[in-house]
Amino acid sequence: MKIGILAVQGDFEAHAAMLEQLGVETAEVRTPADLDGCDGLILPGGESTTQLQFLQEEGLHEAILKFAEQGGAIFGTCAGAILLATEVKNPKQDSLKLLDMTVLRNAYGRQVASDVVSGPTRLKKGLLEMVFIRGPIIQRAGPGVEVLAEYAGKPALVQCGKIMAATFHPELTDDATVHEHFLQLASAGIPQELGSVKP
Amino acid sequence: MDAKKVNGSGNESKGSNEWRVKVGLAEMLKGGVIMDVTNAEQAKIAEKAGACAVMALERVPSDIRKEGGVARMASIKVIREIMATVTIPVMAKVRIGHFVEADVLQALEVDFIDESEVLTPADEENHIWKHDYRVPFVCGARNLGEALRRIAEGAAMIRTKGEAGSGNVVEAVRHMRTIVSQMKKLTTMRDDELMREAKELGAPLELIRQIAKTGKLPVPNFSAGGIATPADAALVRKLGAEAVFVGSGIFKSSDPETRAKAVVKATTHFEDPKIVLEAHEELGEAMKGLDVRQMEEKDMLSTRGW
Repeated sequence: MKIGILAVQGDFEAHAAMLEQLGVETAEVRTPADLDGCDGLILPGGESTTQLQFLQEEGLHEAILKFAEQGGAIFGTCAGAILLATEVKNPKQDSLKLLDMTVLRNAYGRQVASDVVSGPTRLKKGLLEMVFIRGPIIQRAGPGVEVLAEYAGKPALVQCGKIMAATFHPELTDDATVHEHFLQLASAGIPQELGSVKP
Repeated sequence: MDAKKVNGSGNESKGSNEWRVKVGLAEMLKGGVIMDVTNAEQAKIAEKAGACAVMALERVPSDIRKEGGVARMASIKVIREIMATVTIPVMAKVRIGHFVEADVLQALEVDFIDESEVLTPADEENHIWKHDYRVPFVCGARNLGEALRRIAEGAAMIRTKGEAGSGNVVEAVRHMRTIVSQMKKLTTMRDDELMREAKELGAPLELIRQIAKTGKLPVPNFSAGGIATPADAALVRKLGAEAVFVGSGIFKSSDPETRAKAVVKATTHFEDPKIVLEAHEELGEAMKGLDVRQMEEKDMLSTRGW
């Protein structure tokens, strides 16, 4: 199995370190050709405005939509979650629109509000540690969207089919639970039928 | 780099959640370009061009150099306007050792503070004890010892000093090569040689031991000081910089918007000469550069701080 990590800007190396620890091959994705042979794609944290610019100019936008359409698993963290949302506010911003949710950017405030917290999750017993860095809030999750973890009553980790999004940074913790869950999605390979995979 | 294994220097904030989110924000800026801006309009241009953060300051380094006088923290009104205009992180500079300017910027809630040699130092002996702040700090360094002293004081990001406002990349190259080769050397040393190296570099032993194991700084390592073209940005990336600061290079050129975009592009695609070429295609004139060898010691900004 090979997981691509969007490496145009952001904490792609932290994701790579986590996946390498789990024994998974990774590839840095900067152009559409880099997606070849990937079973899953991670959209890392970083600045969504910067990342968006690269998606639009390098043909990556279409390539990622095609990757999703073919059944490739995608996981976005923080800025990556913003890129996946169907609707982005504060301010309004373009996105891939692959996950039915409304996301508010920088919803907790500036860097002084960044923090490490924990919240309940369906993925394991006990609480999940969550690192929020200038994080967004999922204001609305669509009807088909499953909430896998919450913080302060708001969805923090969500999934719909093979698309996952976290408003926090599991790649900056020692807990591999979230990445392991994503690898399960990706390991189903790229199926013939679209969007039918449920965990 | 692996942020979760990041530690300070064996002091109070080691491994704390506060330290983790400080280094965490630095991690988020990797692969990007941080641009110097002096007003909201420039900040907007920088953001539109794909900057991952902006640095608010009163005058860009080349003007500070030209006009002289004491360079201080930027006006609060201007920083506020910039913060209200862009959604990307806003950084601002304080004078070396001026911890009250830092208190003020933290109260203002800027996202990152640069304790910078570009401003006129407020203290020639002491740098700020940066562990006391919730806002992360970036500091300049010319070599590994200097980088580790700043990290020990609580800097969550290191950048080369280079020679700011010179439009000449030679010092940034020298500093990046020095830091990287000094780290490489540590990885080849026996345990019993590390104390002597700590003494030589003037850096805490614990950090020296950590680098001997990992070969990397425990915080992100960026480059600054004299970067003026897309090829300059790609060059420092190739030498080990994880992201790039561009000061006077953008807004002192004849074509800020095009140049800003081109530098962003080359910083991400630094390993692909075809894309760096593309980035250069439409460029106008770069800022006029200075020959660092013709400069007198007193005019060098990089020798401020230790």
